[in-house]
Amino acid sequence: MSNKVMSLDEVVGQLHSGMTVGIGGWGSRRKPMALVRAILRSDLTNLTIVSYGGPDVGLLMAAGKVRKVVCGFVSLDSIALEPHFRRGRQEGTVELVELDEGMLYWGLLAAAHRLPFLPIRAGLGSDVMRVNPFLRTVRSPYEDGEELVAMPALELDAALIHLNRADRRGNGQYLGPDPYFDDLFCLAAAKRFVSCEKLVPTEDLRELGPVQSLLVNRMMVDGVVETPNGAHFTSCVPDYGRDESFQRLYAESDWETFRSTYLDGDEFFYQRAIR
Amino acid sequence: MSLDDVTDIVVVACAEAWRGDGAILASAMGPVPMLGARLAQATFSPELMVSDGEAFLVRDGAVESWLPFRSVFTIVANGRRHVMMGASQLDRFGNQNISCIGDWARPSAQLLGVRGAPGNTINHATSYYVPRHSRRVFVAKVDMVSGLGYDRALSVGARFHEIRRVVTDKAVLDFESADRGMRLRSLHPGVTLEEVLDLTGFKPHVPSPLPVTRAPSDDELALIRRLNPPPL
Repeated sequence: MSNKVMSLDEVVGQLHSGMTVGIGGWGSRRKPMALVRAILRSDLTNLTIVSYGGPDVGLLMAAGKVRKVVCGFVSLDSIALEPHFRRGRQEGTVELVELDEGMLYWGLLAAAHRLPFLPIRAGLGSDVMRVNPFLRTVRSPYEDGEELVAMPALELDAALIHLNRADRRGNGQYLGPDPYFDDLFCLAAAKRFVSCEKLVPTEDLRELGPVQSLLVNRMMVDGVVETPNGAHFTSCVPDYGRDESFQRLYAESDWETFRSTYLDGDEFFYQRAIR
Repeated sequence: MSLDDVTDIVVVACAEAWRGDGAILASAMGPVPMLGARLAQATFSPELMVSDGEAFLVRDGAVESWLPFRSVFTIVANGRRHVMMGASQLDRFGNQNISCIGDWARPSAQLLGVRGAPGNTINHATSYYVPRHSRRVFVAKVDMVSGLGYDRALSVGARFHEIRRVVTDKAVLDFESADRGMRLRSLHPGVTLEEVLDLTGFKPHVPSPLPVTRAPSDDELALIRRLNPPPL
């Protein structure tokens, strides 16, 4: 049985500039932040990021890694507006595909099912159609004849997600209340990477949580990284909640100061610096 | 009237938006609409389902079901939901903007993004809560249509579209007019019609007589205190 355990840098070595990268989690919840930090240290640029956006998007934008964001929002949850996303939009440094949150789900679902699009009502009549002129509508071929948005598949070159537990083969488990869309990100992507709080033997997974918590399995995963506290400063319940005071510091800090204090070293440096 | 009295009236006015709703999901963005939803659930709309803002449905302080984000989107499409959202801008037909201010390509202020507003408004009942009634919010034309108003809904044949109420610190508004333009439903106690018209960037319909927003009952006041205990 193949061992898919990798280092953070080995995962980043599988990515290339210009790729479309999907990032799991939601807002400032269970984000693969150690993987994001590893990208910050790399020379990757021109990424298209698909995300229910939080500080993952903000950090990558602040570090100049992002050409385009595909999202329905970028928020820190307890702080409504992501400061770097806000600045990037107002200064015009990033392209945006602004979608309804449900359209983003549908685009991932279409890609996961290898469909070119899925019909959805959301978006119709709103300015989402105006600011995304590539979007098309489709008419129901049945008697009702209803016109719907043909949400195109959001195919990803790579997916990055963070889970509570995983084994070395790539079976992954969430122990919090919400799976978010992490399984769909993996199914929509060509290369799939999972970071986890803790690597465990396969036989332990069944005892650590209900069977429904086994969100992704090894057919959906190419690489696994153990990154304790790797979602910091986003939440990763029940292992830990969001680090609200650190998030406030992030939101209020000048970028250069924040970067040099926390991000100029490796993940070990970061984890030591935040203590 | 003290600020607390106004807040109590506004909470009850928010709760009233969900009156008559059965076992559907009451989603409330922000603390005042959330308190309104919980008050409605505890009084005249006992069947309402109320989320804790994470992944659970709660009633009387106990978890009664599980509702992760992906299920929320299914319920949105299924239509068994009435959401009360905020609005950075609202026009006469109820088009709502929470996305950005100015030109979308290079906004002067990036706000929340459209979030779920396009899908919410085309699929099920929507109400809005506006904490400060002003011309900045009530505008002739919104910069980025996030939630659909009645004119947009009509143009795409959105058969499930309904904007139930708009609750502000001054008044309650609805769209129960012949042309589906915004209508004043009631003024909060002590607020004058002139004051509200002056704070509104378009001409709403004004019924005659124009009622006063009802005050909370003693039971409702007690419930508001219980559901939202003041800080010690």
